Amino acid sequence: MHLTLFIIFGALCVAGALNLLLQRHLINSALSLIVVMSSLAVLYLLLGAEFLAAAQVIVYSGAIMVLFTFVIMLLNAGREERTHGSKMAYIAGFPGAAILLALLTFIFLSHRDSFGQARLGEYLVTTGDLSQVLFTKLLLPFEVTSVLILIAILGAVALARKEH
Amino acid sequence: MVPIAYYLVLSAILFSIGVAAFLIKRNIISIFMSIELMLNAVNLTFVAFTRRWSQITGHLQVSGQIFVFFVMVVAAAEAAVGLAIIIAIFRARNTLNVDQVDLMKL
Repeated sequence: MHLTLFIIFGALCVAGALNLLLQRHLINSALSLIVVMSSLAVLYLLLGAEFLAAAQVIVYSGAIMVLFTFVIMLLNAGREERTHGSKMAYIAGFPGAAILLALLTFIFLSHRDSFGQARLGEYLVTTGDLSQVLFTKLLLPFEVTSVLILIAILGAVALARKEH
Repeated sequence: MVPIAYYLVLSAILFSIGVAAFLIKRNIISIFMSIELMLNAVNLTFVAFTRRWSQITGHLQVSGQIFVFFVMVVAAAEAAVGLAIIIAIFRARNTLNVDQVDLMKL
Protein backbone atom coordinates (compact mmCIF):
# COMPACT_ATOMS: atom_id res chain seq x y z
CA MET A 1 0.00 0.00 0.00
CA HIS A 2 2.68 2.45 1.10
CA LEU A 3 5.03 1.37 -1.69
CA THR A 4 2.26 1.63 -4.30
CA LEU A 5 1.33 5.16 -3.22
CA PHE A 6 5.01 6.12 -3.08
CA ILE A 7 5.62 4.83 -6.62
CA ILE A 8 2.51 6.52 -8.04
CA PHE A 9 3.15 9.94 -6.53
CA GLY A 10 6.93 9.73 -6.89
CA ALA A 11 6.49 9.00 -10.59
CA LEU A 12 4.04 11.90 -10.84
CA CYS A 13 6.65 14.17 -9.19
CA VAL A 14 9.41 13.14 -11.57
CA ALA A 15 7.12 13.39 -14.61
CA GLY A 16 6.03 16.88 -13.58
CA ALA A 17 9.62 18.00 -13.00
CA LEU A 18 10.72 16.64 -16.39
CA ASN A 19 7.76 18.37 -18.01
CA LEU A 20 8.86 21.62 -16.32
CA LEU A 21 12.30 21.13 -17.86
CA LEU A 22 11.10 20.23 -21.36
CA GLN A 23 8.16 22.57 -21.92
CA ARG A 24 8.85 25.71 -23.92
CA HIS A 25 5.66 27.47 -22.89
CA LEU A 26 5.86 29.19 -19.49
CA ILE A 27 2.32 28.49 -18.36
CA ASN A 28 2.81 24.74 -19.02
CA SER A 29 5.92 24.78 -16.85
CA ALA A 30 4.00 26.51 -14.07
CA LEU A 31 1.14 24.00 -14.21
CA SER A 32 3.53 21.03 -14.12
CA LEU A 33 5.21 22.60 -11.10
CA ILE A 34 1.78 22.60 -9.38
CA VAL A 35 1.56 18.84 -10.10
CA VAL A 36 5.00 18.31 -8.50
CA MET A 37 4.08 20.28 -5.39
CA SER A 38 0.71 18.58 -4.89
CA SER A 39 2.25 15.11 -5.23
CA LEU A 40 4.93 16.15 -2.73
CA ALA A 41 2.10 16.97 -0.30
CA VAL A 42 0.92 13.35 -0.56
CA LEU A 43 4.47 12.12 0.06
CA TYR A 44 4.62 14.32 3.20
CA LEU A 45 1.41 12.65 4.40
CA LEU A 46 2.99 9.23 3.80
CA LEU A 47 5.94 10.31 5.96
CA GLY A 48 3.55 11.41 8.72
CA ALA A 49 3.80 15.20 8.35
CA GLU A 50 0.15 16.20 8.28
CA PHE A 51 0.59 19.92 8.93
CA LEU A 52 3.28 20.24 6.28
CA ALA A 53 1.12 18.41 3.74
CA ALA A 54 -1.67 20.93 4.31
CA ALA A 55 0.77 23.86 4.27
CA GLN A 56 2.35 22.54 1.09
CA VAL A 57 -1.01 22.57 -0.69
CA ILE A 58 -2.05 25.94 0.72
CA VAL A 59 1.23 27.85 0.53
CA TYR A 60 3.06 26.28 -2.39
CA SER A 61 0.49 24.95 -4.85
CA GLY A 62 -1.97 27.58 -3.69
CA ALA A 63 -0.40 30.94 -2.97
CA ILE A 64 3.02 30.85 -4.62
CA MET A 65 1.94 29.18 -7.86
CA VAL A 66 -1.09 31.46 -8.20
CA LEU A 67 1.35 34.36 -7.91
CA PHE A 68 3.50 32.78 -10.63
CA THR A 69 0.60 32.20 -13.03
CA PHE A 70 -0.63 35.74 -12.36
CA VAL A 71 2.76 37.22 -13.25
CA ILE A 72 3.03 35.02 -16.36
CA MET A 73 -0.37 36.23 -17.51
CA LEU A 74 0.33 39.84 -16.50
CA LEU A 75 3.55 39.98 -18.51
CA ASN A 76 1.90 38.06 -21.35
CA ALA A 77 4.93 35.76 -21.50
CA GLY A 78 4.54 33.34 -24.34
CA ARG A 79 7.00 30.92 -25.87
CA GLU A 80 10.50 30.94 -24.58
CA GLU A 81 12.87 31.81 -27.39
CA ARG A 82 15.99 29.75 -27.92
CA THR A 83 19.24 31.67 -27.81
CA HIS A 84 22.74 30.58 -28.54
CA GLY A 85 24.32 32.52 -25.73
CA SER A 86 24.11 29.52 -23.43
CA LYS A 87 26.47 26.92 -24.89
CA MET A 88 28.38 26.74 -21.62
CA ALA A 89 25.18 25.98 -19.74
CA TYR A 90 24.47 23.03 -22.04
CA ILE A 91 28.05 21.76 -21.79
CA ALA A 92 28.22 22.09 -18.01
CA GLY A 93 24.53 21.81 -17.13
CA PHE A 94 23.48 18.32 -18.14
CA PRO A 95 26.71 16.50 -17.13
CA GLY A 96 26.87 18.46 -13.87
CA ALA A 97 23.30 17.59 -12.93
CA ALA A 98 23.81 13.95 -14.01
CA ILE A 99 26.98 13.63 -11.93
CA LEU A 100 25.20 15.15 -8.92
CA LEU A 101 22.29 12.73 -9.33
CA ALA A 102 24.54 9.70 -9.79
CA LEU A 103 26.65 10.58 -6.76
CA LEU A 104 23.68 11.21 -4.44
CA THR A 105 21.83 8.10 -5.64
CA PHE A 106 24.93 5.95 -5.17
CA ILE A 107 25.47 7.24 -1.62
CA PHE A 108 21.81 6.85 -0.60
CA LEU A 109 21.38 3.37 -2.09
CA SER A 110 24.67 2.01 -0.79
CA HIS A 111 23.66 3.03 2.75
CA ARG A 112 20.00 2.16 2.41
CA ASP A 113 19.98 -0.23 5.36
CA SER A 114 21.24 2.41 7.77
CA PHE A 115 18.47 4.81 6.65
CA GLY A 116 15.82 2.36 7.84
CA GLN A 117 12.25 1.79 6.70
CA ALA A 118 9.25 4.11 6.85
CA ARG A 119 6.05 2.44 8.02
CA LEU A 120 2.68 4.00 7.35
CA GLY A 121 1.13 5.55 10.46
CA GLU A 122 4.01 5.54 12.94
CA TYR A 123 5.63 8.74 14.26
CA LEU A 124 2.76 10.90 13.03
CA VAL A 125 3.64 14.55 13.75
CA THR A 126 0.35 16.27 14.42
CA THR A 127 -0.26 20.00 14.16
CA GLY A 128 -0.37 20.09 17.97
CA ASP A 129 3.11 18.58 18.33
CA LEU A 130 4.50 21.05 15.84
CA SER A 131 2.84 24.10 17.37
CA GLN A 132 3.92 23.09 20.87
CA VAL A 133 7.55 23.48 19.83
CA LEU A 134 6.89 26.45 17.57
CA PHE A 135 5.09 28.52 20.19
CA THR A 136 7.33 27.75 23.17
CA LYS A 137 10.93 27.07 22.23
CA LEU A 138 10.90 28.86 18.90
CA LEU A 139 8.58 31.76 19.63
CA LEU A 140 11.16 34.43 18.80
CA PRO A 141 12.08 33.06 15.33
CA PHE A 142 8.37 32.61 14.64
CA GLU A 143 7.66 36.25 15.46
CA VAL A 144 10.69 37.39 13.45
CA THR A 145 9.25 35.65 10.37
CA SER A 146 6.14 37.80 10.68
CA VAL A 147 8.38 40.88 10.45
CA LEU A 148 10.08 39.28 7.44
CA ILE A 149 6.72 38.77 5.72
CA LEU A 150 5.75 42.36 6.47
CA ILE A 151 8.99 43.68 4.94
CA ALA A 152 8.51 41.36 1.94
CA ILE A 153 5.01 42.77 1.36
CA LEU A 154 6.32 46.34 1.54
CA GLY A 155 9.21 45.47 -0.78
CA ALA A 156 6.95 43.74 -3.30
CA VAL A 157 4.57 46.70 -3.39
CA ALA A 158 7.40 49.22 -3.69
CA LEU A 159 9.12 47.28 -6.47
CA ALA A 160 6.08 46.44 -8.55
CA ARG A 161 4.48 49.91 -8.30
CA LYS A 162 4.35 52.01 -11.44
CA GLU A 163 6.84 54.88 -11.35
CA HIS A 164 5.45 58.35 -11.67
CA MET B 1 7.10 -0.31 4.06
CA VAL B 2 9.30 1.94 1.97
CA PRO B 3 13.03 2.39 2.64
CA ILE B 4 13.70 6.02 3.57
CA ALA B 5 16.58 5.90 1.07
CA TYR B 6 13.96 5.81 -1.72
CA TYR B 7 12.56 9.13 -0.55
CA LEU B 8 16.07 10.57 -0.51
CA VAL B 9 16.73 9.27 -4.03
CA LEU B 10 13.47 10.84 -5.23
CA SER B 11 14.49 14.15 -3.73
CA ALA B 12 17.94 13.85 -5.35
CA ILE B 13 16.22 13.30 -8.72
CA LEU B 14 14.01 16.36 -8.23
CA PHE B 15 16.99 18.47 -7.12
CA SER B 16 19.08 17.44 -10.13
CA ILE B 17 16.22 18.24 -12.52
CA GLY B 18 15.98 21.62 -10.78
CA VAL B 19 19.71 22.25 -11.25
CA ALA B 20 19.52 21.26 -14.93
CA ALA B 21 16.48 23.49 -15.50
CA PHE B 22 18.20 26.36 -13.67
CA LEU B 23 21.21 26.14 -15.98
CA ILE B 24 19.41 25.49 -19.26
CA LYS B 25 16.31 27.67 -19.11
CA ARG B 26 16.71 31.17 -20.52
CA ASN B 27 13.50 32.72 -19.25
CA ILE B 28 13.77 34.47 -15.90
CA ILE B 29 10.43 33.11 -14.64
CA SER B 30 11.42 29.54 -15.60
CA ILE B 31 14.68 29.97 -13.70
CA PHE B 32 12.74 31.18 -10.68
CA MET B 33 10.42 28.17 -10.90
CA SER B 34 13.36 25.77 -10.99
CA ILE B 35 14.63 27.38 -7.78
CA GLU B 36 11.25 26.59 -6.21
CA LEU B 37 11.61 23.00 -7.43
CA MET B 38 15.00 22.71 -5.72
CA LEU B 39 13.56 24.14 -2.48
CA ASN B 40 10.80 21.51 -2.59
CA ALA B 41 13.31 18.72 -3.14
CA VAL B 42 15.28 19.80 -0.08
CA ASN B 43 12.07 19.99 1.96
CA LEU B 44 11.36 16.34 1.11
CA THR B 45 14.83 15.44 2.43
CA PHE B 46 14.13 17.30 5.66
CA VAL B 47 10.84 15.46 6.21
CA ALA B 48 12.40 12.07 5.43
CA PHE B 49 15.27 12.67 7.87
CA THR B 50 12.84 13.84 10.55
CA ARG B 51 11.20 10.44 10.29
CA ARG B 52 14.54 8.66 10.53
CA TRP B 53 15.60 10.70 13.55
CA SER B 54 12.34 9.85 15.33
CA GLN B 55 13.03 6.18 14.64
CA ILE B 56 16.56 6.39 16.01
CA THR B 57 15.71 8.29 19.20
CA GLY B 58 12.50 6.34 19.74
CA HIS B 59 10.25 9.32 20.36
CA LEU B 60 8.77 12.06 18.22
CA GLN B 61 11.20 14.61 16.78
CA VAL B 62 9.81 17.69 15.04
CA SER B 63 12.86 19.90 14.43
CA GLY B 64 13.20 18.89 10.78
CA GLN B 65 9.59 19.74 10.09
CA ILE B 66 10.05 23.11 11.81
CA PHE B 67 12.87 23.76 9.35
CA VAL B 68 10.52 22.94 6.47
CA PHE B 69 7.94 25.32 7.93
CA PHE B 70 10.46 28.16 8.00
CA VAL B 71 11.67 27.31 4.49
CA MET B 72 8.06 27.60 3.30
CA VAL B 73 7.63 30.99 4.99
CA VAL B 74 10.85 32.35 3.52
CA ALA B 75 10.01 30.88 0.09
CA ALA B 76 6.67 32.68 0.12
CA ALA B 77 8.35 36.00 0.96
CA GLU B 78 11.06 35.34 -1.62
CA ALA B 79 8.51 34.54 -4.34
CA ALA B 80 6.62 37.78 -3.69
CA VAL B 81 9.74 39.96 -3.80
CA GLY B 82 11.30 38.01 -6.69
CA LEU B 83 8.22 38.30 -8.87
CA ALA B 84 8.03 42.04 -8.09
CA ILE B 85 11.65 42.36 -9.23
CA ILE B 86 10.80 40.42 -12.41
CA ILE B 87 7.93 42.82 -13.11
CA ALA B 88 10.28 45.78 -12.56
CA ILE B 89 12.88 44.25 -14.94
CA PHE B 90 10.22 43.64 -17.56
CA ARG B 91 9.08 47.27 -17.29
CA ALA B 92 12.63 48.58 -17.63
CA ARG B 93 14.00 46.28 -20.36
CA ASN B 94 10.86 44.87 -21.98
CA THR B 95 12.27 41.35 -22.04
CA LEU B 96 12.27 38.24 -19.86
CA ASN B 97 15.30 36.66 -21.48
CA VAL B 98 18.30 36.56 -19.14
CA ASP B 99 20.75 36.81 -22.04
CA GLN B 100 19.46 40.29 -22.77
CA VAL B 101 19.66 41.48 -19.17
CA ASP B 102 23.45 41.72 -19.07
CA LEU B 103 24.35 45.21 -17.88
CA MET B 104 26.57 43.85 -15.13
CA LYS B 105 28.37 41.41 -17.41
CA LEU B 106 32.01 42.23 -18.06
